[in-house]
Amino acid sequence: MASETEISYGDIAGRAAQFESDDLHGEEMLLNMGPSHPATHGVLRLKLKLDGDVISGCDPVIGYLHRGDEKIAENMTYNQFVPYTDRLDYLAPLANNVAYAIAVERLAGIEVPARCQAIRVICCELARISSHLLGLGVYGMDTGALTTFMYTFTEREKLYTLFEELTGARFTTSYTRIGGLTRDMPDGWMGRVNNFCNQLVPIIDELDKLLTRNRIFVDRTRDVGTITKEDAIAWGLTGANLRASGVELDIRKAQPYSGYENYDFDVPIGSAGDAYDRYLVRMEELRESIRIVQQAISKMPDGLFYNDEAKKIFAPRKDKVLTSMEELIQNFMIVTEGPQIPAGEVYFEAENPKGVLAFFIHSKGGGVPYRLKIRGPSFCSLSILEHICPGHYMSDVPVILGSLDFVMGECDR
Amino acid sequence: MESALVEEITKKFDGATPRESIDHPAVNIPVDLLLSVVEWLRDEKSFDLLMDVTAIDWSEDASPRFTGIYHLASTTKHEYIRLASNCEDDVEPELPTLSKLFPAANWHERETYDMLGIRYKGHPDLRRILMWDDYPYHPLRKEFPLAGIDTDLPAADVAEATGAKVIPAPMMGGPFHAPQTGAMSKREPRAADQSWNEAKPKPSTN
Repeated sequence: MASETEISYGDIAGRAAQFESDDLHGEEMLLNMGPSHPATHGVLRLKLKLDGDVISGCDPVIGYLHRGDEKIAENMTYNQFVPYTDRLDYLAPLANNVAYAIAVERLAGIEVPARCQAIRVICCELARISSHLLGLGVYGMDTGALTTFMYTFTEREKLYTLFEELTGARFTTSYTRIGGLTRDMPDGWMGRVNNFCNQLVPIIDELDKLLTRNRIFVDRTRDVGTITKEDAIAWGLTGANLRASGVELDIRKAQPYSGYENYDFDVPIGSAGDAYDRYLVRMEELRESIRIVQQAISKMPDGLFYNDEAKKIFAPRKDKVLTSMEELIQNFMIVTEGPQIPAGEVYFEAENPKGVLAFFIHSKGGGVPYRLKIRGPSFCSLSILEHICPGHYMSDVPVILGSLDFVMGECDR
Repeated sequence: MESALVEEITKKFDGATPRESIDHPAVNIPVDLLLSVVEWLRDEKSFDLLMDVTAIDWSEDASPRFTGIYHLASTTKHEYIRLASNCEDDVEPELPTLSKLFPAANWHERETYDMLGIRYKGHPDLRRILMWDDYPYHPLRKEFPLAGIDTDLPAADVAEATGAKVIPAPMMGGPFHAPQTGAMSKREPRAADQSWNEAKPKPSTN
């Protein structure tokens, strides 16, 4: 095509016109990012349509980590499903355990004692700290700041040691049961959590200094992946992603569960809704979580860590099982047939680190849920990608992905 | 649950009935009214956040077989409502799409289509989302076994070269739970899925 038009090489305007007429700018390239790519944070595949360096289309492909959790849940008893909730948001298993346990307890209509609620709040907030530490550290790495990752991973390691003391496992905690917890806190654990929180504050300040006014970080995240208030609501975003767009919705405040109404904390709200705002909101949430944990520790109530009244729901203590026939039978029934939950429908939402994790349970009565639907926040966060990616540069994609802070285990279930 | 909102909906929309619920207000809506009810809730009652779209399969011989379930939330009033709509056809279930009212419905409906086989009328892009494109089954239907079904690999050339297939998972050994009905003496705890056991050997993996 170019050879047919005659132009002199001194003619700049003609050369520009030739470039325009060439197909060079019109041609689109399809680029597959993932399913296995360090910037996609898991097995996510993005089909990107590129016009030069600019994205003109984005089609997220998910399902590489689909394990059929809902099908599994419908084929086992309520307590047997607790370990599977660990694998939803595998960066914050304790928060998932708590959300699931409360959902079933709402269905059964049982209340857990105040001590159990307070321990659960500590669990949820420590899980949030753990998840945000990883999210922010890896986010720094996505934008080229490797140091933050080293800082936050060291802190998470300390948290895992605390989790191990509490639950017996570092990663897959399975800590809750329907109607209570597996065990009480070990001696001195609250003191160690308090110490951890105290030493975390200066480290968050350090992180803040490293990133918040870092020229490279700000330039790479400001006005990138902007989500307006209307879009955030329309696409069903929740959690920090929604609040960064300026919507004041935090389930812990709006519909308090597990005694969240007893704690004094603020909900950080963003204004612009870009990647930088989402970072700021998470950074503030870290500080708020520390506040909640320290309040829960300072006014930890005495009492039982399980509901003693719910005879058909919560398994009796093991020392009783070994000495009393009544308790042995009760234990056998709960282990084999599952906790007996009445018929009904429940939809419980918990404010998890990644957003709102909700369980919809339809029960026909008995030990097995008839239908259990898990609403993972990451699923909704990812659906907005095809809307916000076009118009950005290829190099913005890792920043957008990192700022949405998703986890594929929860997206694919 | 008694609520003024439920009363208002049942008065305003003919055929809508209160639905039993232990937490949020819930309403049964006839399929043909679903879109107008949702639009009314969004515009007049500020239920602006579509939390969840899913469905329940009432088993193969039930009629109506599928019920679509919707959860809407209000970001300003912090209220929730659950809507339920029965699919008229049991064999080829269909519901109207909400993706024109809520972009969030797009992926939720794709997932429900993928898992339960409910088609959403007017959906712009009704593809499978969690399973691969040519997958022949809808795994969350009640008759689909927990272990899965023998299926060809998605890529024919890979299947030909490797001779591999997607085979059912070995379910022997668990998960166990006791049947919830029948005489107690008969309710031995058993594996939830008996795809293979002592009497029926494990399918060969080659």
